[in-house]
Amino acid sequence: MSLIIDSVAKRFARFPALNGVSLNAPQGAFVALVGPSGSGKTTLLRILGGLEEADSGSVRFADLNWLSMPARERKAGFVFQQYALFKHMTVADNIAFGLRVRPRRERPSRGEIRDRVQELLRLVQLEEFGGRYPSQLSGGQRQRVALARALAIEPRMLLLDEPFGALDAKVRKELRVWLRHIHDKAGVTSIFVTHDQEEAFAVADLVAVMNAGRIEQYGAPADVRRDPKTKFVAEFLSA
Amino acid sequence: MSGKFQNPTQDPLLLRIFLSLVAIGFVALFLVLPLLIVFKEALADGLGKAFAAIIEPDALSAVKLSLLAAGIAVPLNTVFGISAAWAVAKHDFSGKTILVTLIDLPFSVSPVVSGLIYVLVFGLQGWFGSYLLDHDIHILFALPGIVLATIFVTFPFVARELIPLMVDQGRDEEEAAISLGASGFSTFCRVTLPNIKWGLLYAVLLCNARALGEFGAVSVVSGHIRGQTNTMPLHVELLYNNYDYVGAFAVAALLALLALLTLVFKTILEWRYADELAAMHRH
Repeated sequence: MSLIIDSVAKRFARFPALNGVSLNAPQGAFVALVGPSGSGKTTLLRILGGLEEADSGSVRFADLNWLSMPARERKAGFVFQQYALFKHMTVADNIAFGLRVRPRRERPSRGEIRDRVQELLRLVQLEEFGGRYPSQLSGGQRQRVALARALAIEPRMLLLDEPFGALDAKVRKELRVWLRHIHDKAGVTSIFVTHDQEEAFAVADLVAVMNAGRIEQYGAPADVRRDPKTKFVAEFLSA
Repeated sequence: MSGKFQNPTQDPLLLRIFLSLVAIGFVALFLVLPLLIVFKEALADGLGKAFAAIIEPDALSAVKLSLLAAGIAVPLNTVFGISAAWAVAKHDFSGKTILVTLIDLPFSVSPVVSGLIYVLVFGLQGWFGSYLLDHDIHILFALPGIVLATIFVTFPFVARELIPLMVDQGRDEEEAAISLGASGFSTFCRVTLPNIKWGLLYAVLLCNARALGEFGAVSVVSGHIRGQTNTMPLHVELLYNNYDYVGAFAVAALLALLALLTLVFKTILEWRYADELAAMHRH
């Protein structure tokens, strides 16, 4: 049931984004991909989410040939830096979206959807906000809605692309503790992209430090911090 | 705000008054005045005469033809325009810039030229002329030619309006929808379309106004058969050239009224959905 990423590579028109990245993580792990911009961490995340196609390499997850599955069948909850909430829908409709678009056979009843939305609103502490539109919420509230929306589909994997990048430092700290709590409760495997190494090391079980389309070092935060394997990692950590 | 302190981002009072007067004067002189004159001339011999000029059979047939041509061209261009804008804004493919340039072509080419292109293709001496003659298919000097010319001239309106809007909105919401398990079609209906509906409405209204008013291209392919292939603008010209000023201005006034009607319709919708519009524009 673990996640096995094997030599995934991706080239964009002008530059290679990923030069054969491999990484293993046990089921339920919280993995942070950390590195400067352009290091390929977001590309790897988007490949896992099916929003980008890998040129070569393979990914196995939950005994599935992950990369051969269409994005919509992967049940990978994706959380975007700019929230990507549906502006024209209320908070409750945003959260219900993933349930409503299911084929008729798998779709829960109206009542079940309503209950599930209420439950998720409670989980993200926005019980009173179901009827509001995203534009009426603060950044932190919007990202909590986006997380509830991703959790609604009972994701196999949670993919978070700089989820707190647009928020101020205080809210960031509150939310990351809370995110870790949600992750443990939901029991999903989470991949978390950030350029902020302090954030990555504080929240993750495993950290992959990326640079120029490669993983420079991968391991438990304490091990990476105690024993940086490359000059880049040492410099990145001291920055 | 007291008079002593001036708002730092505001221009001096005199300048503001001057600029407002210039703008209002310009609008009055070049937009409102001609419109008023059209209505005044139409009613020069009384309401009865103007009304008679409109319900006269040739005029009615022109009204019907114009509405029919617009009724075919506008829905088709709406579908073409949405597809083109969706392809350009939400997908990467080679030849994108060529597509965008082609979409602009009808704006840059004189309508007369586009009309002549159809004559070249479908005319008796044209590429398909003898084939069409043999099979008794009438395109030029008939409804199909008028519809084709109207489609060509009004093609860019919807696509041009939607492309910048959809590019600006990005692909985040679509990607979110796909990752939540939505199909491409479902994503389009539930996410893309609701996000562009106001721009789309505006584009369709503009496209419709232009389709009703198109003169140059239609003039070339219509053949000006009174009561059969004359659209409203062509009928106005015909009456005008026959010194029937009341008739010409009456039909022109009707044309202007149709345009005003679409604008009123748009304003009502904007007023009715003001809250939703405001919610969409804030981020």
